[in-house]
Amino acid sequence: MSAVLRVAELNAAYAQTIDSDRLESWPDFFIEDCLYKITSADNHKRGYSAGIVYADSRAMLRDRVTALRTANIYERQSYRHIIGLPLIGATNPSGIAAETPFLVARIMRDGRTDVFATGVYLDVIRDDARGLRFAERVVVCDSRHFDTLLAIPL
Amino acid sequence: MSTDTISPDHASVSNLCWPGDLTRVPFWAYRDRDLPKLEQQRIFEGAVWNFLCLESEIPDPGDWRATVVGRTPVVVARDADGTIAAFENRCAHRGALICLDDSGRGAKDFQCVYHAWCYDLRGNLRSVAFQRGVNGKGGMPPGFRVQDHGPRKLRTTTLHGLVFGTFANDTPPIEEFLGSDVLARFDRVLGGRKIEIIGRFVEVLPNNWKLYAENARDSYHASLLHLFFATFRLNRLSQGGGLTVSPNGGCSVSETIAPTEAVDRSYDGMRSAADDYRLEDLRMIDVVDEHLDRVRHQIVTVFPNFVLQKTQNAMALRFFTPAGVDRTNLEWIFFAYVDDTPEMRKRRLRHLNLGGPAGFVSMEDGCVGGFVERGITTAEDGAAIVEMGGAGVESQPTRATEAAVRGFWSMWRGMMGI
Ligand code: FES
Ligand SMILES: [Fe+2]
Repeated sequence: MSAVLRVAELNAAYAQTIDSDRLESWPDFFIEDCLYKITSADNHKRGYSAGIVYADSRAMLRDRVTALRTANIYERQSYRHIIGLPLIGATNPSGIAAETPFLVARIMRDGRTDVFATGVYLDVIRDDARGLRFAERVVVCDSRHFDTLLAIPL
Repeated sequence: MSTDTISPDHASVSNLCWPGDLTRVPFWAYRDRDLPKLEQQRIFEGAVWNFLCLESEIPDPGDWRATVVGRTPVVVARDADGTIAAFENRCAHRGALICLDDSGRGAKDFQCVYHAWCYDLRGNLRSVAFQRGVNGKGGMPPGFRVQDHGPRKLRTTTLHGLVFGTFANDTPPIEEFLGSDVLARFDRVLGGRKIEIIGRFVEVLPNNWKLYAENARDSYHASLLHLFFATFRLNRLSQGGGLTVSPNGGCSVSETIAPTEAVDRSYDGMRSAADDYRLEDLRMIDVVDEHLDRVRHQIVTVFPNFVLQKTQNAMALRFFTPAGVDRTNLEWIFFAYVDDTPEMRKRRLRHLNLGGPAGFVSMEDGCVGGFVERGITTAEDGAAIVEMGGAGVESQPTRATEAAVRGFWSMWRGMMGI
């Protein structure tokens, strides 16, 4: 299978995991020593290092899921990810580089559906015996505005 | 999110009656459609210091940044002599924005795109295109003098690298405006340090700006609404700390000191401490006591719409402006010290997971204002109870108080004449 198809399949599974509220499985898409960050195009362009989510280990991703399930208060909501085709870049020892556009609609408890975020995933994807997993997933949102709050990961 | 657009019955401020003292806040104060205009005139353009930008954003002559004072667009620029000028971002000709972008570097002057009227870096109108017409025809009347026209100016001041501005002539010096206790907390975090921005995001809140101003001053809610620390047994209201209110009422400091006792049962049986969860990655909370005072969490508020926050080793400025009577743009500016070690910088990035629109501690603040808006949809005659810690606005050695919320309203009422 081509790299495009393999990464597209990975993204499809990733989206389904989040959108069907199986967040406990979401960290499994990452290697232990990963980087997951949500930022905006403007921040990315300026080279700002902080994200609105910044996790540099899979344990931190699991902590986020635990917090969302047990600690944080927010209205019931869900996402629908529409993920485009990955543009595959260079492959080097750390993994396959890929850039993939996404659109996420947010469905609120009261029935309202809005476009919540659009942007690109900038990925470095490890390819080993355990299949494809993210060594790095930097979520670059096109807008720097976030409506009310961001609870569920993108 | 509020979809209600029906105006309250109150036609003007003269009809708005505050029912008693500061322990009751009438719900019309968040919803009345006439208030934004008056707040613009009397609060944001009154005797207050509005946060404008960081000095480090405009380091050199000709560097500028566009922002808002309340809802009024404003330009802040570094002049040739290094001073910082600020003026309304509205062309004297027909009112277009003078600067369209968010920021720029090295400008010699500002030219309005509409008809090319030209301003210097202080906002003085310098030239009018075709002022004398073309081939002797058209042009401005001979009596038109550029020096008689131009955007309104603000006075600016700086405090540890932060730039503030005011439209009013009688605003006291910022040190006096904040009072010595609040000023000391600015010194604690910013004194003698060079800072740089490391992230900037806008959270769009579905509520009136004053609900967020209250929230930032509300030390009572912190460990009841935000269960992150309680769930992971990291923080308690019974921990040391307290609340300080400035002499003018509008500014405050809330502090939490690192715990001393190993076991704290004050939350047992409450929703917030039901189970024993533990963080897997403790680097989220590996605090370094940078100021050697064991203060873990410090929230400084400045009337009307600015917050300086240090939580563990994460630092942020918050700046929130009305975008409509029931909409607020909350800007988060994450910052760090220029001379951070790489380890400390990484630590700040991890600790920043507590703040911002996705913050473990702050995400709830984004939605509670909307919950109030929806709750009070038809309750213009009702009022909120703001009585924790009594009726006063004085500093208290506890965070189980709403004194700073009352302080905000005492200053708001004084300036609004309500
Ligand atoms: S509106 Fe600015 S030059 Fe005409
Ligand atoms: Fe809060």
